[in-house]
Amino acid sequence: MSQNLTTRAAGGTADFLDTRLGASKAVKGLARKIFPDHWSFMLGEIALYSFVILLLSGTFLTLWFDPSMQLTTYEGAYAPMNGQEMSAAYASTLHISFDVRGGLLMRQIHHWSALIFVMAMAVHMFRVFFTGAFRKPRELNWVIGVVLTLLGLGTGFTGYSLPDDLLSGNGLRIIEGILLAIPVVGTYVTFFLFGGEFPGEVIIPRLYIIHVLLIPGIILALIAVHLGLVFAHKHTQYPGPGRTNDNVVGYPLFPVYTAKAGGFFFIVFGVIALISATVSINPVWNYGPYDPSPIGAGTQPDWYILFLDGALRLMPGFVEFTLLGFTLSLNILVPALVLPGLLVGVLMLWPFVESWAANDKREHHLLDRPRNAPVRTAAGIAGIFFYLVLCLAAANDLIATAFNLSINDLTNLFRALVIVGPPLVFWVTKRICFGLQRKDREVALHGRETGRIVRTADGEHFEVHADLSDEDRWVLVQHDSHRPLELPPAKDENGVRRPGARTDAVRSKLSHWFFDERVEPATPAELAAAHHDGHAAEAIEASETETSGRQVVGSAGD
Amino acid sequence: MSSEQSREVARPGDHAGVPDRFDNPGLPAHRHRLTDADPRAAKRAERQVSLLFAASAIGTVIFLVGYFAFPLEDSTFGELQKSTLVLGIGLGLALFGIGVGAVHWAKTLMPDTEMIDERHPQRGTDEDRQAAVDILALGAEESGVGRRALLRNSLLGAAALAPIPAVVLLRDLGPLPGAVLSETLWEDGVRLARDPGGVPIKLEEVTPGSVFHVIPENLSESEHPLEEKAKAAVLLIRLDPELVEDDPERAGWDIDGVYAYSKICTHVGCPVALYEQQTHHLLCPCHQSTFDVTQHCKVIFGPAKRALPQLPIAVDDEGYLVATQDFTEPVGPSYWERG
Repeated sequence: MSQNLTTRAAGGTADFLDTRLGASKAVKGLARKIFPDHWSFMLGEIALYSFVILLLSGTFLTLWFDPSMQLTTYEGAYAPMNGQEMSAAYASTLHISFDVRGGLLMRQIHHWSALIFVMAMAVHMFRVFFTGAFRKPRELNWVIGVVLTLLGLGTGFTGYSLPDDLLSGNGLRIIEGILLAIPVVGTYVTFFLFGGEFPGEVIIPRLYIIHVLLIPGIILALIAVHLGLVFAHKHTQYPGPGRTNDNVVGYPLFPVYTAKAGGFFFIVFGVIALISATVSINPVWNYGPYDPSPIGAGTQPDWYILFLDGALRLMPGFVEFTLLGFTLSLNILVPALVLPGLLVGVLMLWPFVESWAANDKREHHLLDRPRNAPVRTAAGIAGIFFYLVLCLAAANDLIATAFNLSINDLTNLFRALVIVGPPLVFWVTKRICFGLQRKDREVALHGRETGRIVRTADGEHFEVHADLSDEDRWVLVQHDSHRPLELPPAKDENGVRRPGARTDAVRSKLSHWFFDERVEPATPAELAAAHHDGHAAEAIEASETETSGRQVVGSAGD
Repeated sequence: MSSEQSREVARPGDHAGVPDRFDNPGLPAHRHRLTDADPRAAKRAERQVSLLFAASAIGTVIFLVGYFAFPLEDSTFGELQKSTLVLGIGLGLALFGIGVGAVHWAKTLMPDTEMIDERHPQRGTDEDRQAAVDILALGAEESGVGRRALLRNSLLGAAALAPIPAVVLLRDLGPLPGAVLSETLWEDGVRLARDPGGVPIKLEEVTPGSVFHVIPENLSESEHPLEEKAKAAVLLIRLDPELVEDDPERAGWDIDGVYAYSKICTHVGCPVALYEQQTHHLLCPCHQSTFDVTQHCKVIFGPAKRALPQLPIAVDDEGYLVATQDFTEPVGPSYWERG
């Protein structure tokens, strides 16, 4: 009876939705859509979920936060600051922390989610980069991802500045110093942003609306496009038996991924809540309200701004020039504006540069194993190394104190490392990739070492190699190896320079840089040859069972 | 099937017909989970999932108990910590239980047979593309945008002008910089006062080796005290004048080895608040620009280029330290027109 009622109610609702929204078509098209399974595909989910948590916890905070720089006298539960003058923004932050039940928890959830949001985006970006998931047809989605990461930094920094505490105020002061350094218009930009001289009375309300409306709105819209494209392209998958460039193997959205991904949202939220319950973050009451004169030693920004701060610390001052009565502060412009601009530029252009160098216009839905794209992998690791050195440089004071080192020596070391390190890391990573590729070939052709040593009747020792199943071998041999583009002659038979010859020369150079050195995947012919005249071990192993000395390949899969 | 294929392929001495590449062996056979095969295991998994959902419900109860147990009225810091801990653990458990339960459900009880969707190229078919081109061409033709040049050009002109108000409207975001960046509250006769407190400083209070954080005494009367402080903050240091390099241009700027320097870093404007007495170095804690007081705060390390500007000081009739003029150059970070 009740079953009957439920069915009828569900049917009625479904009919209501379908006749008005065409819901049946959406369910039919989407609900059984297949998504592949891999832990690394959850990194982007973490970013998405922490963004949702940011919206929820942030909305809660806005119910009490007062984004005003109006001076007020604090009266509240935090006794040490009673009677002190401070901005309304800072006072309301104290109020949320000390007088609103769960307020401190929500502030900590908001701050932790912000750190995790940017971190998840970064690691998701690494995954996409190293597996080549940015290749055609997903280049534009990669660019959207880079923009989302930048917006994440922007919303993080604006939020960090809102409580108007001593630390965040000094952060804003650094931003002012950076903006002032912009040639020609720097002072104008600064005066327009701050409504006059630093700190002024409008920067907090202005950052507030950027933080709670402008950037989150753009992020939300871009997330919709980002995910819409994931649905339209269908998710990439790792190579494996049965997985091809023309299919996607996995589980349906409903019910498996509804439960898995939906459950994962609760897991991410739960873990962030537990972290926020137990680990204090940004205790602004310890810093005091903003005052342009005092400052604490050993202050670091939130982690995602570390690389900029580190770059500012490493750049020597002598690159500031005065020319014709104007000051050009390259010591600030290069680390704070040129460097992040270059990083973003390289990231955005990489997919296009790589496909141009490979002359590769095919669609790619199978992911690369990072070793099979050595130059890309090496460039990525070198870039991460560069980034990490800058992050460490932003903690040079803490490191110097902790290990009792000279901060000058340490800074000079980081200066050297940031220049010498990346090429070295590039070379080492590339070598490791080739090493792994050769190992793959070896295993594909000669099987896996079993550790079982056999002594023959002749007294010869050898290690038994176990054959791979076809499925296992497929993973090692399925990839393509690009060859560098050959340069067509620059002049035609009449000695006339061909139009576009210069571009071709650049392209060929780039292509050689990418693909000159390579390890080809093992082929069936090589496998046959390996078994025919290959290693004594296999020959003997085989001869134990079959006089022909063969029989190895087909034994796969048992 | 594919296994047989490669058996064929590997026959020695018969390389004719060997393909260039290996073939995809196809999806391996599905392996059933314990919960698929054994109804008791499935029942056990169901109980585990329900238990996790129950743990979530307990978490919600813990949250509610914590909410009312710690009212945070006239409470101590310890009570705030307890409240945060209990609320957070309750909330965390409530969410985590649902999450792990749902995932465990999916992994143990929902079908785990891999399914296959076909992919289709993003590119439209040639017919689709031709149809799209035709539609666009037809639309353009119908609108007359190609034929009616006057219409098109006037629209382009209007559209180019239309955003101007949006830019102009932003003009009132702030005043023009003018010369304010090169002016501070310091002028002849303004007393040097302690920060915080604003109590004027007498020369005799500045014992050798001591450091004072200084603001102009008239700061509190200023209309914009924070903005003025952000430019006028000064460090007062007394050291043996013998140690300090001679600079005839600065003759009379110090008094008995008491020197006043801008506290605002010439790099990006942090307060240069760390003084090392042994070496007479000033260090900016933000980016470690290091200034040598014995060389009139010249930069000896770090990302700053210019020395900290010096404030010329003297003693007034009552023995208080006073400025004799404003800084002779703009303080703080560099900017284009500072020269």
